[in-house]
Amino acid sequence: MYEEPDEDPQNPGAPLPILPGHSSRGRLERVLRRGEFAVTAELNPPDSADPDDVYERAAIFDGWVDGINATDGSGANCHMSSVAICALLTRMGYAPVMQISCRDHNRIAIQGNVLGAAAMGVSNILCLTGDGVQAGDQPGAKPVFDMDCMSLLTALTTMREEQKFLSGRKITSPPNVFLGGAINPFAPPYDFRPHRLAKKIEAGAQFVQSQYCFDLDILNEYMKRVRDMGLHEKCFILIGVGPLASAKTARWIRTNVPGIHIPDSIIERIEGAEDQKFEGKKICIEMMQQIREVEGVAGVHVMAYRQEALVAEVVEESGVLKGRKPWVHEPNPGDAAVSERMEELAQMAGSGDR
Amino acid sequence: MAKIVIYEPSGTSLTYRVRSRYSIRLWSVRNSKWLEWLYHTFADALLALHPMWKLLGYQRIESPMVAVEKRIKSFMFDCRMCGQCVLSSTGMSCPMNCPKNLRNGPCGGVRANGHCEVEPDMPCVWVQAWQGSRQMKGGDAILNVQPAVDHSLRGTSSWLRVTSEAALERDAQKSVETDNGKAA
Repeated sequence: MYEEPDEDPQNPGAPLPILPGHSSRGRLERVLRRGEFAVTAELNPPDSADPDDVYERAAIFDGWVDGINATDGSGANCHMSSVAICALLTRMGYAPVMQISCRDHNRIAIQGNVLGAAAMGVSNILCLTGDGVQAGDQPGAKPVFDMDCMSLLTALTTMREEQKFLSGRKITSPPNVFLGGAINPFAPPYDFRPHRLAKKIEAGAQFVQSQYCFDLDILNEYMKRVRDMGLHEKCFILIGVGPLASAKTARWIRTNVPGIHIPDSIIERIEGAEDQKFEGKKICIEMMQQIREVEGVAGVHVMAYRQEALVAEVVEESGVLKGRKPWVHEPNPGDAAVSERMEELAQMAGSGDR
Repeated sequence: MAKIVIYEPSGTSLTYRVRSRYSIRLWSVRNSKWLEWLYHTFADALLALHPMWKLLGYQRIESPMVAVEKRIKSFMFDCRMCGQCVLSSTGMSCPMNCPKNLRNGPCGGVRANGHCEVEPDMPCVWVQAWQGSRQMKGGDAILNVQPAVDHSLRGTSSWLRVTSEAALERDAQKSVETDNGKAA
């Protein structure tokens, strides 16, 4: 089988041609559709207006991940917007996964943002409902929730496939994006969870990323039902993992962050260890290795909040990539041309002043 | 010692929330099976009365009907009058009571005890919905993808809209049948 390279040698990082059967011009979709075990990571969004903060935070994932998630006000806290982070990342050739949460935007804003993001080269979008405003630093904010993740997926699928807005108005050039959703097999009602994934697929989800997995038994049970329903063949399932910094953090997360299930056995194991941080990392690595063997799982999504430097370590030490090397950022020749031209213009302006 | 944070959502006082135990809403979900039957009977009755509604004028009866619908459904389901009722697809648990207004199933934040992540003392609307739907004949309607809420319908009567739409559909079907009859 002929395989297109995942990068244009003339212009690394430029959007790729769309392969037959693909929806996007991105690398993440190519990696997944080739059947490779994919790794994505979550970027900790900066509380600043400095683009270098974004580039520094992305650089530590370089060569270890196939996609970088840009969160949209995660935990209902204010940070740099996901659309802006993605725009910056695409400039450098990274493959960002833009998260959209329905908490802060209504359907008019979201559809406009999607067109803008696609124009900036964003190829992957993750549709989320979002945490309640009460969870964050501004509980007085008005929760929007105009759509939910499901109707958002439907809307974006319609935009891409039928080239029209929710209103039916025509789009001249559709957003070629690979659409994703979130799953949480670790929260009740457990019976309903696989059906909810089926609904998401029906609404247009092509990949899903899960909440943190610390309980393989629940995951195995869930995946068994997913396989029985044949859902793993219709959608790429990436399971969330992450290192726990200490037993204290784990306890705090368990009581204060809804939707994260950490069994007692994990906490006890970390507590009993001499180096708790090391043990947390070790558990994460073991979890990744075990998840890789679960049938129907297409990859892992590493969320190492405030421990982002560990992502490269856990990916390498777990060996989940089996020697494959994801794309590495190289300076974009286009950027060099732009900066040269800018310098030229500055010189011209300078000489004009004199 | 960890600081205990008493969560207080905007718009509702803690006293009110402690007093309202969501008991009637939960009762409705437990009794979803016969409420489904009641609903269908009631919908048929409304449809049978279509000529009368038409004579009176749907627009004219809108506001008295809204008043009745609001009182009954607010009492039984804590209805928020979104104007596009999906109770029969959601196990008789009103999804507009979800703080995130989810119309397609539970979010990932449901607590281990089946309560809401935003309002910790409220049982999750969607955990209830799933339980309610399992007792209903048409319970699998919970698996259908629901479109985004049309906010322009807020505060209007869902009953009248469903009735007039059903009547239109019935008339359309009838005219097709008579056309077919003529052709034969």
